[in-house]
Amino acid sequence: MKKTQTSPATFPKAEIGREMKGADAVVECLIRESVDVVFAYPGGASQELHQALARTDKIRVILPRHEQGGSFAAEGYARATGKVGVCMATSGPGATNLVSAIADAFMDSIPLVAITGQVFSKYIGKMAFQETDFYGMTLPIVKHSYLVMDVKELPRIFKEAFHLARSGRPGPVVIDIPKDVQQAKFQPVFPPAVEFRSTYATAQQHASDEQLKHLLPLLGAARKPVIYAGGGIISAGAHAELKAFAEKTNLPVATTLMGIGGFPETHPLSLQWFGMHGAAYGNWAVEQCDLLLVVGARFDDRITGDTKHFAAQAQIVHIDIDASEHHKNKRVHHAIVSDVKFALGRLNELLKAHKFTPPDTKEWQAQLATWKKEHPFSYEKSKHIRPQEAVQALYELTQGDAIIATGVGQHQMWAAQFYRFNEPRRYISSLGLGAMGFGYPAAMGAKVACPDKQVIDIDGDGSFMMNIQELATCKIEKIAAKAMILNNQHLGMVVQWEDRFYGSVRGNTILGDENNVGSPDNPDALYPDFVKIAEGFGVKGRRVIKKSELREAIQEMLDHDGPYVLDVIVPYTEHVLPMIPAGRTVKDMLLK
Amino acid sequence: MRHTISVLVENKFGVLARVSGMFSGRGFNIDSLNVAPTHDASLSRITAVMRGDEAQLDLCIKQLRKLVNVVEVEDFKEGQAYTHELVLVKVRADSKTRAEVALIANAYDAKIVSLAADHAIVEMLGSDANISALLGLLEPFGILELARTGRLALKR
Repeated sequence: MKKTQTSPATFPKAEIGREMKGADAVVECLIRESVDVVFAYPGGASQELHQALARTDKIRVILPRHEQGGSFAAEGYARATGKVGVCMATSGPGATNLVSAIADAFMDSIPLVAITGQVFSKYIGKMAFQETDFYGMTLPIVKHSYLVMDVKELPRIFKEAFHLARSGRPGPVVIDIPKDVQQAKFQPVFPPAVEFRSTYATAQQHASDEQLKHLLPLLGAARKPVIYAGGGIISAGAHAELKAFAEKTNLPVATTLMGIGGFPETHPLSLQWFGMHGAAYGNWAVEQCDLLLVVGARFDDRITGDTKHFAAQAQIVHIDIDASEHHKNKRVHHAIVSDVKFALGRLNELLKAHKFTPPDTKEWQAQLATWKKEHPFSYEKSKHIRPQEAVQALYELTQGDAIIATGVGQHQMWAAQFYRFNEPRRYISSLGLGAMGFGYPAAMGAKVACPDKQVIDIDGDGSFMMNIQELATCKIEKIAAKAMILNNQHLGMVVQWEDRFYGSVRGNTILGDENNVGSPDNPDALYPDFVKIAEGFGVKGRRVIKKSELREAIQEMLDHDGPYVLDVIVPYTEHVLPMIPAGRTVKDMLLK
Repeated sequence: MRHTISVLVENKFGVLARVSGMFSGRGFNIDSLNVAPTHDASLSRITAVMRGDEAQLDLCIKQLRKLVNVVEVEDFKEGQAYTHELVLVKVRADSKTRAEVALIANAYDAKIVSLAADHAIVEMLGSDANISALLGLLEPFGILELARTGRLALKR
């Protein structure tokens, strides 16, 4: 079996360390992987690791107030930077609280290393106190995982774990370490590079020139071409290549929600994002195109609706680093396995070498321009603050330069619709898993990673409540992550589905007293009082009900030097539009 | 359609769970699964028989290749591999029927490996088709218990 070495080899030779405890070796490994922050909640089985972390000043350890908050923060950190996010928890309940973030990182291909303490190895399988089979429990939601039974394996395992988390299609890796392994003394050997018997784990995925040249005539012949760009653009760092390619070929670009910022949304060729709640023009363009160039995306059901009718008249080219995504949800005509940064970069060179002339797409571009003009994202003005309006005001007041995290639901869609993103890693959202409670801790992690940027969690009152305890973390750790809650006193997206498909019967979707529901017209009944809660945490907060105060309140939040909660009261009657009902087609798109 | 997939994996903790979990988690239908170490003790070979069309086979193979402990994946088209299966079948057989059971076994190159007053254990090594034929003929006597390895395969 061929052994390959492709890891960034910071250490040319295996290095033998001084004698140390397993837990200290873990810290050494983290430092070698350039980890500068760990979100970690201690407990009996991970205490040794915390003690070892206390012996170094090279790693900042942030104590979240719930392991889920810590793990979402690690994801926020990873999504904002592209670096590996690291979270840590103790065995049993500490570990199980990491499961949502691990599943989330798996769905959205986010580099995450989750370290868990485990009970003493002699107790494994005995139902010891705070024991769960975390290795077994997380098997379906990890890129890879390890249960470390021999302390000598720690350096190799950490090197492999970080390589796997960040390389190829990124993803989460779990390392479960029994307490006796953390305590064991040994002389670590730090390997210079990773070695896998699987060639796949270290393979460079590069499209061949032959494959790419094959696309040139397709591009040249297209009359109604569209690029469908996904999160792969962001994880590959291929946004510059994509922009150059789109400009050279004059191809319009529609992204997915994961791909937001992979192409500048204010660019004339941008169709913004498409899918269930995406731009009508993006959806029509993809539906009617004759050539669909898919890069770094996976034909998610929220993008395609009924796959049979998805881009039915188009030649579909699918470039992705993960071969198992080809033909998985949709059969395509040309499947190319490649790192999308390489493929687009090489395509740009080939276009130049072949003196490529962009196809004549005048009619198509005119059609797209008409759709864009006639059906932009829009909402009706009212005497109350519309949630969309709040997002738009935030966009204007931050000049589009903030990092936006979100929870899950209506506000998540409005954030994507009315904030325009021109840079990658600015829209931080749980998209594949759709995990409520993601927003505020993710904003916290992003703010730790990017202290000089405004980081704002646009959240719903439902989602915000799910990890509200992280206000304490932000206060104590001096992390100026801000939350703008679009508070409609309901679980808005579920309410929307109730209104559209269930005759407006409320099935546990009201968050306050259902006999006296709070609203902009009934402010006394608003529940809970987020400003008072923030106050209890020592965090500044403000409620805004009047439209006339909205912009000034947002400005106050932006100007505040510390965490902040802005509670924006909005009507619950607003629906996210456009909407393609689940499993249907673009023809069924609801525009009002 | 049934496909024979041969998967060479690292002989490490949890690998079988990872592979079998991938099959179930991603909705692939597996008829049989056999696993044992190879001549290289650090590697095991998993032989799986999967039911599905060519597209599902292709997806299944690509998912297997993504698993970090999977070293090699092959699928064997008709005739590419030598395939065999071992079956042990405990069949009701007393002094009156024993001879007939022996006759059937003999016809399929199967052996009676254990005899009791009221039953016999027949061992057969063979192809799916022949094993099915044998079991069809033994069925009327009353099959009491059965164990089989699932298909094993090596590329020719």
